[in-house]
Amino acid sequence: MTFINIFLLGMLIVCALAVSLTRNLLTSLIVYMAYSLIMAIIWMLLESPDLAITEAAVGAGITSVLFFVTLKKIHAIKGDSDHEQTQK
Amino acid sequence: MSKRRSDWQSRPQNRVRQWFHNGFLALDDEIINQVTKETLRMDSDSEMDKHQEMLDSHRHERTLALERLDQYNIQAWANTRGRKALSRIYVTISFVLAFVMIFFLLRTVATMPRFSDPNAPTNNEVMARYIEKGLEETGAVNIVAGMILDYRAFDTLGESTVLFIAASAVLILLRIDRRKDGTPVQELIAAESDDRHYEPRSDRILQGSAKVLVPIIFLFGIYIMLNGHLSPGGGFSGGSIVSAGLILYLDSFGFEKAGKFFTYKTFSWVSFLSLSFYAIAKTYSFYCGANGLPSGIPLGTPGAILSSGLILPLNIAVGLVVACTMYIFYALFRKGGL
Amino acid sequence: MFELLYQNIEQTVSVILFGIGLTILLLQRNLIRKIIGLNIMDTAIYLFLASMGFIGGRKAPIVVDGVTEVSAYINPIPAGLVLTGIVVSVSFTAIMLALTVRLYRRYHTLDIDVIALLAKGEDA
Repeated sequence: MTFINIFLLGMLIVCALAVSLTRNLLTSLIVYMAYSLIMAIIWMLLESPDLAITEAAVGAGITSVLFFVTLKKIHAIKGDSDHEQTQK
Repeated sequence: MSKRRSDWQSRPQNRVRQWFHNGFLALDDEIINQVTKETLRMDSDSEMDKHQEMLDSHRHERTLALERLDQYNIQAWANTRGRKALSRIYVTISFVLAFVMIFFLLRTVATMPRFSDPNAPTNNEVMARYIEKGLEETGAVNIVAGMILDYRAFDTLGESTVLFIAASAVLILLRIDRRKDGTPVQELIAAESDDRHYEPRSDRILQGSAKVLVPIIFLFGIYIMLNGHLSPGGGFSGGSIVSAGLILYLDSFGFEKAGKFFTYKTFSWVSFLSLSFYAIAKTYSFYCGANGLPSGIPLGTPGAILSSGLILPLNIAVGLVVACTMYIFYALFRKGGL
Repeated sequence: MFELLYQNIEQTVSVILFGIGLTILLLQRNLIRKIIGLNIMDTAIYLFLASMGFIGGRKAPIVVDGVTEVSAYINPIPAGLVLTGIVVSVSFTAIMLALTVRLYRRYHTLDIDVIALLAKGEDA
């Protein structure tokens, strides 16, 4: 219990750092999605199932979908030639 | 004549300028000397005046050129080394700011009550009241649902309104209108051709799995919405799960089919009816509670699906608002319209 | 100090996450990354709040078998506050992404510095 708690908290920090250190925007979005799911599990461990359900549905689901659709709108997913600079 | 010129040169800012751009000025001085010598050789006054004018215009041009050079130098510095130096200062300041803030917050955390301490000041009589009286006063088995939809229902009304306002703001920002006669504008055609650029128009695998998955997702979302007072969940999570099902349907079957049952009219009517039902219901119960009147709404037996008074319809209202809002966010982001 | 920090490890981690989110918000020039940084700051604060309400050995605040004693359940108040916060954070994320899409449509870049330069050039 304590081990898994500390492991998940460490993974949170790793994910938060990875969001800013990865080069590709899509990668950092997927890392952010993983961050949200870890957060949902931590809330399950903190005995708040309401928050866990809401975070899993809203944070990892809807927010990420909105981010993805924005990336698609600005053509950053395929990495077209004139959008390479936007990904750094 | 020569006195005037020395006047002009002895002004302090010009001396500084001369010090900066020595070569440029020296070249100019030569020209001026030449012109002056020529002028001195002149006899008639009218010619003197002409040359005077020439000299003045020349000086004017020179000052203009100098100013331009200064400006150019400053811009060049700002674009290359100055920009680098500024960004370095900015990065340093941000890191220092972040570290100082983290340090002080960590000092605060170290002095806070121990984690999972039952006697911490946050676990006070408010919590005791919610837990001890929650079940009999609100009839909700899930104390959190009873709290946010009964004791603190005003917060939740504001929250739903925030969602509605956000959806309206995104509508204003991203909606692309048709012309008045119904023909699409250039931007809309571009958005529509852009929308399906990378994907096939009707994907069989996607549609087949959507046919199986969408009803299950709807069922799960509605279950969570209706069971908000009995188990974890409630309007927000149920509504977002339903909207996830709607988004999957839209993605697999396209805008033509989804537009058959979900239009701007649906969005505005569902949001309007849900929010006004919420407001009216809570106004009634606030009025009854403040005046000590019996509200006349049966609480039912705790644990049954039809219990806990207003919480079940309020959950449904909030869930409808959330589902519509999230779906319209997605549709607007994808194509700029429904 | 480190022992005390280890005792409150949830809150320590939330403070560190807040710092990381703030640094991302300040230093990244990409608008999408900035929005993600803001979301990380949000979740850090929610983690802080939720950890304040946790009490070891007690259950989630859902009444089981009619037991309504304080000593059986954790604090439900932070859960309610965080539930409100999550939905508000989704709304502002959507608005900021919409603004980003508009900026991209106009300037064809996501870099905040380039956008500022271009906007200045338009004014002049």
